[in-house]
Amino acid sequence: MTTLTKPEAQPTPQGSEHFLSVRDLYVQFATEDGTVKAVDGLSFDLDRGKTLGIVGESGSGKSVTNLAILGLHNPRNTTIAGEIMLDGQELTGASERTLEKLRGKKMAMVFQDSLTALSPYYTVGRQIAEPYMKHTGASKKEAKARAVEMLGRVGIPHPQSRVDDYPHQFSGGMRQRAMIAMALVCDPELVIADEPTTALDVTVQAQILDLLKDLQQETGTSIILITHDLGVIANTADDVVVMYAGRAVERGTVRDILKTPEHPYAWGLLGSIPRLSADVNVPLAPIPGSPPSLLNPPPGCPFHPRCAFAETVGGDRCRTERPQLPDGRGSACHLTVDQKRDIFIEQIQPRLR
Amino acid sequence: MFRFLTRRVLGAIVILFLITAVTYFLFFVLPSDPAQLACGKNCSNKDLVSAIHHRMGLDQPVYQQYFDYIRGIFFGRNMPDGQNCAAPCFGFSFANDQPIWPLISDRYPTTFSLAVGGSAAFLVIGVGLGMLSAWQQGKTFDRVASSISLLGNSVQIYFIGPLAIALFADNLGWLDHGHDPTWTSDPIGSLNGLVLPCLVMSVIFWSNYSRQTRSLMVEQMAEDHIRTARAKGMGSKYVFYRYALRGAAASIITIFGIDLGSVFGGAIITEATFGLHGLGNLAVNAVFSLDLPLEMAVMIFSASAIVIFNIVVDAAYALIDPRIRLA
Repeated sequence: MTTLTKPEAQPTPQGSEHFLSVRDLYVQFATEDGTVKAVDGLSFDLDRGKTLGIVGESGSGKSVTNLAILGLHNPRNTTIAGEIMLDGQELTGASERTLEKLRGKKMAMVFQDSLTALSPYYTVGRQIAEPYMKHTGASKKEAKARAVEMLGRVGIPHPQSRVDDYPHQFSGGMRQRAMIAMALVCDPELVIADEPTTALDVTVQAQILDLLKDLQQETGTSIILITHDLGVIANTADDVVVMYAGRAVERGTVRDILKTPEHPYAWGLLGSIPRLSADVNVPLAPIPGSPPSLLNPPPGCPFHPRCAFAETVGGDRCRTERPQLPDGRGSACHLTVDQKRDIFIEQIQPRLR
Repeated sequence: MFRFLTRRVLGAIVILFLITAVTYFLFFVLPSDPAQLACGKNCSNKDLVSAIHHRMGLDQPVYQQYFDYIRGIFFGRNMPDGQNCAAPCFGFSFANDQPIWPLISDRYPTTFSLAVGGSAAFLVIGVGLGMLSAWQQGKTFDRVASSISLLGNSVQIYFIGPLAIALFADNLGWLDHGHDPTWTSDPIGSLNGLVLPCLVMSVIFWSNYSRQTRSLMVEQMAEDHIRTARAKGMGSKYVFYRYALRGAAASIITIFGIDLGSVFGGAIITEATFGLHGLGNLAVNAVFSLDLPLEMAVMIFSASAIVIFNIVVDAAYALIDPRIRLA
């Protein structure tokens, strides 16, 4: 990884330190058409044992952010700048060797589509055992025993025999469980789950989320849960970051985001969730338009072309001035605090019933 | 795996049966009278022709002739004129009345050695170059290697063969001129004599394999499961060899299976270029002398070799890709 600007080494206060702290992260891809600003000045924190939900549409930079934490981008066309501190260790600009030791051991990732994310050529057991052997120096036999133990822990029946199966012999839900077993085999302190339930049907989704929560309670790991589904966040996350066009546009506790969201984009996300209790004749309200091009993001607030409230702000502030996201609870929007509250109560909330 | 192999072998037997049947009927039933051919030009004596008919068993119904022919391959048989033909019996040559099998068993080591040696050479060189190119993707080595591959892809055996002989054998004296192997009596000399033909034959193949391997490896490295392996902390070399190569190998083997026929074809052209005496040489002579039993035998033999190697390739494929094994 190349760093644009090395951040100044700041004296960091010990003790009050967050477990994971991302500051002003920029991830840019050089393509033939120009530079894609996939992540554009993102900051967030995560404490031990907590779950952070990152929500946003496809292409909002959620996955890119987390691949950057693991250092999995192709260094040839990717520029990463900013600061990623994991347990006091700087990860941007860390050597491949250092990162290799951390991946799988201290930080692990659960990927979305378990059919393509697991190698079809090796047994599930071997794929789980591999990182355990690498990081703990365990023998083949010990690692296999560990793989059986992990498969049992994630609720796969007959782990003793299933350990020798290939991924294609597992059902979708079981494969996702195996993925989780693989991520947790070395007891990582940070687990990044990238849309872990998107490829699964709803009943299995709930099981997988419960499983992640249970395992978190047992081991006390921190989890970053990436999703586009606010319903997934509701039951699992402590804090939420809403991302749009590579930036965080709103930040708060899960209760804040679901009960009193402030950003028009978050309103749109909430409005597009289907509810069983809703009137079947009222169509869902999708967010109009599509996510902006990251090659050439709109000036000012990146959401303004899709925002219904740009007029309310008045003038062309939304088109010219990029709203800042305050520290802690808040949203990056030019609407005043009162306007946000009033619009939400008067116009948005009634539609959510 | 056992069931898989059984199925493949049974399938191969059916295919071989069809090949022999079609060839047999084409050669012996359709175009001209073999007795007339065996009798020679200007043979107008009716009695002589019918005597030959009887001697060759041509007065029997066609299915009986075919049955006798197949039985002869497995158990040997006595020809109608009382001549004994030991198994495997492919009949007697029209040209010189010799039993066919010794002619073939004399020649096939050359063709077989060429095919195997050439394949080994182009797989090692081609796949190796392709892997290095993929590893060095976009760098100088990659560019040079793809240029060389393009060049190798556009030459022919009969063009580079003589050039290679002139350079490496005549001028530099590093390698032997090609000569027929005699594995039992002179293994080292046989090896020496095969190096140049095998290398020349490999050129037209490895260029293709290096380009295929490169693109397969690059494709594999972009797969999701590669990213997963790296996210587990596996080193990039480990991932390259254990994960990406494994995926690419399945496709390489598929391509190799398709190329098997051309490998034997290439071996035949190489024989001609280097003046070796293999099956190709034998078949060409058989065609020119209208020696039908010999042609037929060469054809059955080559077809069997290709079918058998195909089973080996399929088995290798199944070993590499577990999804095939159970299908």
